[in-house]
Amino acid sequence: MMQRTLTRDRGMGFGEKLASVSWPFIVLLCLLAGTGYAMLYSAAGGSPEPWAFRHGLRFGFGVLLMLSIALVDIRLILKLAWPLYLLGIGLLVLVALHGAVGKGAQRWLDLGPIQVQPSELMKIFLVIALASWFHRASIERVGNPLFLIPPLIAVAVPVVMVLRQPNLGNALITCMLAGVMLFVAGVRLWKFALVGGAVAVAAPIAYESLHDYQKNRILTFLNPESDPLGTGYHIIQSKIALGSGGMFGQGFVQGTQSQLNFLPEKQTDFIFTMLAEEFGFAGAAALLGLNLLVVLNGLAMAFSCRHQFGRLVAVGITTNFFLYVFVNIAMVMGAIPVGGVPLPLVSHGGSAMITVMIGFGVLMSVHVHRDVEIEGEQQA
Amino acid sequence: MKKEKGQRTVFTRRLVMLGLGKTALLGALGVRLWQLQVKESERYAVLADENRISMRLLPPPRGRITDRFGVPIAENRLNWRAMLVAERTDDVGATLATFSHVVPLTEAERTRIERDVRRRRRFVPVLVREFLDWEDMARLEVNAPDLPGIVTDVGQSRTYPYGEEFAHLIGYVAAPAEADLDGDPMLQLPGIRIGRAGLERAHDQALRGRAGRVQLEVNAVGRVIRELEREEGTPGQDVTTTLDAGLQQAVSRRIENDSAAVVVLDARNGEVMAMASTPSFDPNVFAEGVSSAQWRAWTSNRRNPLVNKAVAGLYAPGSTFKMVVALAALDSRLVAPGERIPCFGVTQLGDSKFHCWKRGGHGWLDMREAIKQSCDCYFYETAKRVGIDRIATMSRRFGLGVELDLELPGARSGLIPTRQWKMATQGVPWQQGETLVHGIGQGFTQVSPLQLAVMTARMVNGGRAIQPHLTRAVGGALQKGHRAEDWPALGIPEPHLRLMRESMSGVVNERGGTAWASRLPAELGVAMGGKTGTTQVRRITMAERERGLRRQEDLPYEWRHHALFVGFAPVEEPVYAVAVIVEHGGGGSAAAAPVARDVMLETLTRDPARRTSPPPPPTRPDQQRVAEAAAPGPARTERP
Repeated sequence: MMQRTLTRDRGMGFGEKLASVSWPFIVLLCLLAGTGYAMLYSAAGGSPEPWAFRHGLRFGFGVLLMLSIALVDIRLILKLAWPLYLLGIGLLVLVALHGAVGKGAQRWLDLGPIQVQPSELMKIFLVIALASWFHRASIERVGNPLFLIPPLIAVAVPVVMVLRQPNLGNALITCMLAGVMLFVAGVRLWKFALVGGAVAVAAPIAYESLHDYQKNRILTFLNPESDPLGTGYHIIQSKIALGSGGMFGQGFVQGTQSQLNFLPEKQTDFIFTMLAEEFGFAGAAALLGLNLLVVLNGLAMAFSCRHQFGRLVAVGITTNFFLYVFVNIAMVMGAIPVGGVPLPLVSHGGSAMITVMIGFGVLMSVHVHRDVEIEGEQQA
Repeated sequence: MKKEKGQRTVFTRRLVMLGLGKTALLGALGVRLWQLQVKESERYAVLADENRISMRLLPPPRGRITDRFGVPIAENRLNWRAMLVAERTDDVGATLATFSHVVPLTEAERTRIERDVRRRRRFVPVLVREFLDWEDMARLEVNAPDLPGIVTDVGQSRTYPYGEEFAHLIGYVAAPAEADLDGDPMLQLPGIRIGRAGLERAHDQALRGRAGRVQLEVNAVGRVIRELEREEGTPGQDVTTTLDAGLQQAVSRRIENDSAAVVVLDARNGEVMAMASTPSFDPNVFAEGVSSAQWRAWTSNRRNPLVNKAVAGLYAPGSTFKMVVALAALDSRLVAPGERIPCFGVTQLGDSKFHCWKRGGHGWLDMREAIKQSCDCYFYETAKRVGIDRIATMSRRFGLGVELDLELPGARSGLIPTRQWKMATQGVPWQQGETLVHGIGQGFTQVSPLQLAVMTARMVNGGRAIQPHLTRAVGGALQKGHRAEDWPALGIPEPHLRLMRESMSGVVNERGGTAWASRLPAELGVAMGGKTGTTQVRRITMAERERGLRRQEDLPYEWRHHALFVGFAPVEEPVYAVAVIVEHGGGGSAAAAPVARDVMLETLTRDPARRTSPPPPPTRPDQQRVAEAAAPGPARTERP
């Protein structure tokens, strides 16, 4: 087996690597991006401008980026895990100092042609860093609480920085992502229970330290109808749009809520609502299914990988994607507080698209290099 | 290898759990989605429709008010407006600067416009200037390429071609106040005007019409996407008044330099042919807003231009009241028509002396002569015999001291005193001396010129209890009361009424009558009857009487007597009744009778019975412009 791994690794040329890329997975991504194109076309009232065309272009660029990363040797990524992590922290520091303020929070870094949201990139780097930490660890070592302290610090640093932007939603998502990583790495369940209990105790205290707009979101979530024209407006309008979609929807470019702009930010956060209004429950369920396929496909890649680093990376990237999808859709349905999370590959937005495709590039690299042997795996 | 196995086993187990968990979570979303989209779909579909459909009201044109011949006295004129749509220009300031070159804007206007632009959504038109004239409109159209964002439209505003001459009758329109909101959604429309005074207010409901509706599909910020359904409103109904515009104009001009009021009635049915009160005001000013300086000038003017003296001015009737006293005497048979009562220039009652206006007295007079010469002593004696309560009863039958059915808001009912009234209000019993004073129309008695006209009309029309009215038709439908038979009889015996007519004819048409100087020219072939009246504004003191009465012209204006006259014509078969009061005019024969003569002359020569076609309406400069402007509409105009 080892022989095969070696030979395969040695012999893996450019073409062979390309051939081992999961093309069905890319087809799934294309379907998602295609849905995005169609919905952005509709959001503009039936025009490729100003969103759909650029969305397509970005996706094309994103696929190239993904394939390039897929060809990078997974061992190189492992070696670069901590440098990348530090790079991410550096970007977060930079954005805190020079970032553009959008919607009352410092999140964006203007890099000329594209804007980067370092907190998004950071999650990928964090996944890689955590994977590299746990990939060497045996179950016994994972059971040692002291062993868990460095990764927890590695999680805490970016989470605190993201919280200070302030971006509560993203910080929570980062925590959940890290939690899933620790879970599949084998951390004992009672430890999760312990942390969960601690959070429950700390929550009221934390609530007091939240910004007003964050408190508002939570309050609105608890009772959206209380302030129909204020913060609850988005959720109510979104629910009306969903409801008016019915079983088969109002038709492409026919959604009254979306086309008449009752729906806020329909090209970004609320694009799912728009799809659900125009294509009904059938269309919305299909998109849910498509996303589920992507997630399960990602988890399958994790399963088929033969080294722990790849498995953890795959789970992390997939979970990150899953969290985006879940939070976004739950949010537009009024199931969780509105949090400014886009629907990956469907929502308009360059930064998110590029970040997601970088993540999938890493996932694809795991898939391509699923059989390579990684040094140090046995020792620890 | 074993360690790796353990790691892998744990991983695989937890991976499966993770996969199941994620599937379950997405599945939960799907279930929730199914609830929202399929199970509760109907509820949300209704909400969605409410969201997108906006009802707008289309204001109907307000009905016109015309005179009895159809001559408009209140109509709508086109109001050309320039608006600014901020989103259609890159630079609001630059557009306004260019606009200023074409149509100068004041600094205050600019500030207001810029403030409005900031406050409204960028596609909502903001008013730049209204009441533009045709030249300004033409200049704006020519300069349109340099005025991005400027759009013009045309609305309607109320205009009164006769201005001051009908102000007290027509009233005016103004934006509704909070208290005016009566549930009619139309009143919420911006720019809507409702009747605030006069006939505009009395017939507001009919004039207003019913608003049309248009269902619009709007987006979340209120921008109109398209029109779904339109239901045209009903224009306001035209109100035809009983007035004769030409007569009204002539009457107003006759008294324009006085503080006076004139009422001309069709005695047969109570139609108000003319009703003027001077000084007046221009109701057109209200359409564009009254400046506070203007308002102060009106309210501080001692001649009260805002008050319609014809219905809201109360005066002692003076000698014009003597017919009522006479009729009460005849009715009670306490004085016979032919009975002669002496006048020695003064009547003694206890310690008090009551003077006749004529020093030295009239000698022995019967009723006819007493009215003709307006002898005071005769009526002191008559009143003493009849008593105040019978006089009061007769007064009310002739419309004095009672509320009349006129449509005009603000009419006052005046006061006819009785014993009971005095006891109730002052707590002092009635004195007989007061009866004497009231016998010549002085004392507490207060009546309006309209009431005097009604009194005269009822006296000469065969004793029918006509009510004065200004409305002939609403929306083309004749109103009740335009026929004489619509009115009930008062039940006064015809011989009594005939005596009054003959006496009043004597006042004007016989030498020695107090209005002989104001008789109608003989060549007209029609005679007028009437009665003069002069009422003291202040008591004449004994000292003054001893020094010799001064001429009225020598007194300060406020001290001069009010001059009154009531009259009718033709004497043989009365058609018109007139009442005139000239405040501080001096004497009734000198100041009021000439006005009545001129008014009656005008009325008789304009007699609608002799008229075939209505006269052309007067033209005013701004009206002409509207007529021109209405024909060639500018190409870029957006209609609201």
